Amino acid sequence: MAHDGPPPSPLLPEPPIRPNPAARSTRVDRISFAVDTPVPRRGSRADSDRLAASQKELSDDDARLVYINDPVRTNERFEFAGNSIRTAKYSILTFLPRNLFEQFHRVAYVYFLVIAILNQLPQLAVFGRGASVLPLAFVLLVTAVKDAYEDWRRHRSDRNENGRTASVLAAGGRQFQPMRWKDIRVGEIIKIAANETIPCDMVLLSTSDSTGVAYVQTINLDGESNLKTRYAKQETLSKSVDKEGFAGLIRCERPNRNIYGFHANMEIDRKKVSLGPSNIVLRGCELKNTAWAVGVVVYAGRETKVMLNSSGAPSKRSRLETHMNRETLLLSGLLLALCLVVCVLAGIWLGNHKDDLDYSPYFRKRNFSSDDEKDYNYYGIGMQIFFTFLMSVIVFQIMIPISLYISMELVRLGQAYFMTRDASLYDEASNSRFQCRALNINEDLGQIKYIFSDKTGTLTENKMEFQCASIQGVDYSGGKASSPRDWEAYSVVGNQFWRPKLLVKTDPELVRLLRSGGESRERMHAREFFLALAACNTIVPLTVGTPDPKQKLIDYQGESPDEVALVYAAAAYGFVLVERTSGHIVIDVLGERLRFDVLGLHEFDSDRKRMSVIIGCPDKRVKLFVKGADSSMFGVIDRSINLDIIRATETHLHAYSSLGLRTLVIGMRELSSAEFNDWQSAYEKASTALMGRGSLLRAVAANVECNLHVLGASGIEDKLQRGVPEAIESLRQAGIKVWVLTGDKQETAISIGYSCKLLTSEMTQIIINNHSKDSCRKSLEDAIAMTNKLAAISPGAQNTLTGTGSQRVPLALIIDGTSLVYILETELEEELFKAATVCDVVLCCRVAPLQKAGIVALIKNRTDDMTLAIGDGANDVSMIQMADVGVGISGQEGRQAVMASDFAMGQFRFLVPLLLVHGHWNYQRMAYMILYNFYRNAVFVFMLFWYVLYTAFSLTTAITEWSSVLYSVIYTALPTIVVGILDKDLSRKTLLKYPQLYGSGQREERYNLKLFILTMMDTVWQSLAIFFIPFLAYRHSTIDGSSLGDLWTLAVVILVNIHLAMDVFRWNWITHASIWGCIVATAICVIIIDSIPVLPGYWAIYDVMGTGLFWLLLLGIAVAGMVPRFAMKAFTEYFFPSDIQIAREQEKFGNLDEAAASEIPMSTFSQPHQGCQNYKILFDPESSRKTLTTGFVQRFVESYMGFSLEMAYQRVLLACGLLSDLTKLLKERLYFAHLV
Amino acid sequence: MIITSFALVGLVFVPIGLASLSASEQVVEIVDRYDIDCIPEQFQNERLAYIQNSETNKTCTRNLIVPRKMNSPVYVYYQLDNFYQNHRRYVKSRSDKQLRSKAYEQVTDNCKPEDKANGLAIVPCGLIAWSLFNDTYKFSLDSKVLEVNKKNIAWKSDQDHKFGSDVYPKNFQSGALIGGAKLNASIPLSEQEDLIVWMRTAALPTFRKLYGKIEVDLELNDKITVVIQNNYNTYGFGGKKKLVLSTTTWIGGKNDFLGVAYLTVGGMCLFLAICFVLLYVFKPRTLGDPSYLSWNRNAAGHPS
Repeated sequence: MAHDGPPPSPLLPEPPIRPNPAARSTRVDRISFAVDTPVPRRGSRADSDRLAASQKELSDDDARLVYINDPVRTNERFEFAGNSIRTAKYSILTFLPRNLFEQFHRVAYVYFLVIAILNQLPQLAVFGRGASVLPLAFVLLVTAVKDAYEDWRRHRSDRNENGRTASVLAAGGRQFQPMRWKDIRVGEIIKIAANETIPCDMVLLSTSDSTGVAYVQTINLDGESNLKTRYAKQETLSKSVDKEGFAGLIRCERPNRNIYGFHANMEIDRKKVSLGPSNIVLRGCELKNTAWAVGVVVYAGRETKVMLNSSGAPSKRSRLETHMNRETLLLSGLLLALCLVVCVLAGIWLGNHKDDLDYSPYFRKRNFSSDDEKDYNYYGIGMQIFFTFLMSVIVFQIMIPISLYISMELVRLGQAYFMTRDASLYDEASNSRFQCRALNINEDLGQIKYIFSDKTGTLTENKMEFQCASIQGVDYSGGKASSPRDWEAYSVVGNQFWRPKLLVKTDPELVRLLRSGGESRERMHAREFFLALAACNTIVPLTVGTPDPKQKLIDYQGESPDEVALVYAAAAYGFVLVERTSGHIVIDVLGERLRFDVLGLHEFDSDRKRMSVIIGCPDKRVKLFVKGADSSMFGVIDRSINLDIIRATETHLHAYSSLGLRTLVIGMRELSSAEFNDWQSAYEKASTALMGRGSLLRAVAANVECNLHVLGASGIEDKLQRGVPEAIESLRQAGIKVWVLTGDKQETAISIGYSCKLLTSEMTQIIINNHSKDSCRKSLEDAIAMTNKLAAISPGAQNTLTGTGSQRVPLALIIDGTSLVYILETELEEELFKAATVCDVVLCCRVAPLQKAGIVALIKNRTDDMTLAIGDGANDVSMIQMADVGVGISGQEGRQAVMASDFAMGQFRFLVPLLLVHGHWNYQRMAYMILYNFYRNAVFVFMLFWYVLYTAFSLTTAITEWSSVLYSVIYTALPTIVVGILDKDLSRKTLLKYPQLYGSGQREERYNLKLFILTMMDTVWQSLAIFFIPFLAYRHSTIDGSSLGDLWTLAVVILVNIHLAMDVFRWNWITHASIWGCIVATAICVIIIDSIPVLPGYWAIYDVMGTGLFWLLLLGIAVAGMVPRFAMKAFTEYFFPSDIQIAREQEKFGNLDEAAASEIPMSTFSQPHQGCQNYKILFDPESSRKTLTTGFVQRFVESYMGFSLEMAYQRVLLACGLLSDLTKLLKERLYFAHLV
Repeated sequence: MIITSFALVGLVFVPIGLASLSASEQVVEIVDRYDIDCIPEQFQNERLAYIQNSETNKTCTRNLIVPRKMNSPVYVYYQLDNFYQNHRRYVKSRSDKQLRSKAYEQVTDNCKPEDKANGLAIVPCGLIAWSLFNDTYKFSLDSKVLEVNKKNIAWKSDQDHKFGSDVYPKNFQSGALIGGAKLNASIPLSEQEDLIVWMRTAALPTFRKLYGKIEVDLELNDKITVVIQNNYNTYGFGGKKKLVLSTTTWIGGKNDFLGVAYLTVGGMCLFLAICFVLLYVFKPRTLGDPSYLSWNRNAAGHPS
């Protein structure tokens, strides 16, 4: 969970799980936000209903009744879902209809289908039936096979999953017997052994631990690897299930997807016991550190929380694709225009010839073979025009490039593959690779203008380190790393030393104070302070053996890194938490083991922003320890005593947060026995309440957490991630605005801003920190006035962002969450937008998750600029989903952010290669590919169109129908895909060296209306060349339609492929193979088609190939078609070079080894990479030379094939590696799709 | 690099252009349009009636002067203008299966409206076969008959594989409307070369079809007399008929376009090469000079 929230959030792991309708109406708290955001994505009402269910109190009506150990009765009234799961979509019977139905959700396919159906009408049959259905059938088949394979895998994994066994208490029996997972029913009792996976959601009844504690690892559920504690209720603990049997009734809420919430009660021995999320273990978790656990099944199969939480990857549409749709519309218009021209001309022609048509040998309207001499296939000019129109739609259909959609998907898959494989996006620390979760927005990465970044865990490591403490108004911050020797004094158990796993800096003075004898007030307070740190948490100490049998390590496991840091700190000062059960904790206080009873614990919630424990000390005194955010703590501190200390503490807090530390205030109070008794009865009443338990508990907590006296404050450092300042600098140079949105305090945020170079000392800061709407308005107006004034001083300042030397004073806007409450979603938004966009840096602090999304929306809705949100915690989910591109950091805080994101990676600094390198490449390639696909289809259509003008507008195609159909599928499809995956305009090194090059994507230089129109003009020219050169040459000759058609087919394919070849930046063998291979494949196809004697064009290609004219024409077409484009390109590249062009020249002429690097096709192999070392060895010429035969063969290959045998060998290996990696990636994706 | 490629293309294209122009020059071609002139004066106003009337004498004599020496073989073509042999209705109206093998004699589905006559399947069926060209030419030089070899005028591949040797014309031109030539029912289709030539439909609305070859050299100023049986009706749709005698070279028949096109493209490339040379000289730019990068040239960078 996000600890980014209010700085002193650390406390309890499980945020506010307790339902609290009142609180929800005012703000969205962290967890429920994380959980309900996926809802809109699935878009199902049922889900939101289910979710809502967890917020309401349980009423009997919508509760689920589970009779423990009586599955028959449990399932009597309502049949609850069994435990068999089914992630597979289809069965053998339903596959065909369902799959087809799903596929035809794509408009493109419907278009395809309509055309194919039109073509089946005899009057319109332009193509033969087979040929017209083929492309659609092909695409459908490929997709269906892919789906079927995926589904088969799902079936198989379902089978595996359902076939696992668990030991289940035989109904009514006394013995646990193995049973398959799929046969488990709600109400049954299951026993889980250590390290086993839990088969369904169950309520714990008893565990091997005498206090009923069980530890589970939820890594499959939320990705958190630390252990979580779950408890069996005292009431059920004592029962020995297999001896005396078990009977009881659990009334629990309906299945819902909130994995952090559970709400139920249990009636056992006529006693009502309440159950909460800590009493349930969920399917998919693993039992750890616990010998066994017994529980009763409450949700099974598809109703388990993990299954309910599975949702597909987010579906977004990329900017480029949206723009592409605009051009697609233009092309539809063009198509329509062509069809209209044809049908109008056909109508005129028919009108002019209407008298001739009866007998005209090539038309023969009159049908003499029927007796009444009716017209043959002629329905009057009007109908004829209409039919011509429909037929021309069929003939010109590929003007709309349908194959483009499939190509784009393949290209994105390939791009994703290379991004995933990229070594520079691999995080060694967490062993996490880059993940492409959304496959359809790769190219958006090249157009980002705004980055919204979370702070904690994103800019920082989220590895908390205790730095300093203020105790009783005295600051102890002179920490130094303690040497291991210091430990010998404490934590001796028998003859074993127990020491914490991590060492923390300690302040020598404070250590001396703690160790000194005597009972000075300072010492007392310091003791209490560290006792509070050690006790007031939910950390579980685990002892781990070391090679030295005399030494054991204590590993603190907890869900909040802040808490872990505090406990380690306490341990370093000699307050070692050694044991925790549900009822007590054992703390080694300066070498003396003391047992404290945990009498009560008020969990952290984001409204109170604090947590507290009530501890029964060994000396029978009862103490309340509270820790929390300063804002919430100072409200409950008794200001009447020791005001000086409070003031001093406040000063220290301010100082700490200015250093960028996360602060917490610790307070305590001793409870008198009367107070304690009051509290206890209230606490018990509240925790067994059936209605409104959450709010009751909160009230109890609020009652007791008062009149505290302050013990002190702590400062925890959250270190910046490696490379963050450099990354931010690069991004800024690339013209990307980085906004930081954090839940931290303003001071902390500003200091982090300085340390990551977001803020600089010459910046003018505009701070908006208000508590009312009017003052907000005023501040905003002032801010705008100020920016205007500054802009007036230095003209042309608008663009300082992208420039290097800024000419005006840079501005930073710092705004806090309270002010945003008054600004977002009011008319002030506009003002904020104006102010924020002129500022170079925007820092929002103390913002709630929804506000983060609101700020993203502020930019997204008002500009066309692309936004990217990056974060790691559940509190970032909303903004990740709101932004055009969401990036999740797979860090310390679970996987909520990753699950919501489009891309996931390990470190913030990876944004630089991701955006500047991959984003640039992806955008550049995809943009080119789209234009190219438009071009290649249009050139074909225009060529057909020119011919139609010479066939009395009757829509004959000289090109065989098979070639027409295969044109976009086989003849020209592969090269564009290969180029879309592999081509690189610039090397990684150059792109990183000049971040400014990223601007080309932001300015949409590679794909815009102007380029589209230019391309279309070129298209028309090329189609003219293709058509008219042979036309004029063969005019008045004996040329037959098929021969000329074959010539046109070859000419268009060659031209289109040369066009592509001319634009390829980096050649490698795959590109060569695909481009030239395609031309060869076309020739082969044409030859095959012309070798079928029943087709009219039999032998035409052989005949025409035998003439010199044919070859001269091909050459002439290729050159004449390319000359304008080539000249234009050469001219602009030389005289109006773009930045990219200059950089490319620099690469080419300035640095020879870069040029050499381009020989190797894949970036992954040119980069040093851990995971790639095997490859590197394989591709090392030195080592491969030894393994290869030398001599004649090698010389032969070298001299005749142009490359060395090693290279050939390497290429084969490369291809094999590629293939296996690609299958792996596919598998992973399938697995992922299955999981999610 | 740019200059070299342009210059290279220019240097390759100009000679090719010149070569093909000269080849085209060598071709001697006699084109004689006869469709109007071959109709007697009195029928000029009712050409259609004249051509449709089977009674009238359609013999017509034309004299051709050989402008340059024509080396054998001299190809004899007929050229039809404005005849849409590539019309959709027309090109589809054939049955390749039927042409190929006797077994498929009844397959006439595509041949409408010329699929059956008198209830029986027509072989060869379809509009294409039905409209077979039926003008004939007889050549004589100085009242000596010039033999026209009508063998091997069709593609060998068509004769061998496309037109069956066991398929004989049947029920052909027996319908209500006669379209063109009749076929000798005793000769298999594979030997009916005029039909085979005709059925390889032309790509363009103006086309030539090989009629035969004259296998003697024709000398300058030879006066050739052609006796034409002017049977074929192009008057109904405003078509033209031409008789063509032509020699060939490696680029085929007379074809100035290719040479002109090559010269144009080549010339343009040379011109562009020179332009680029001039531009490089007068407006040089160091390639890959980082000072040209937009953000170095102008601190404000690109307008965003």
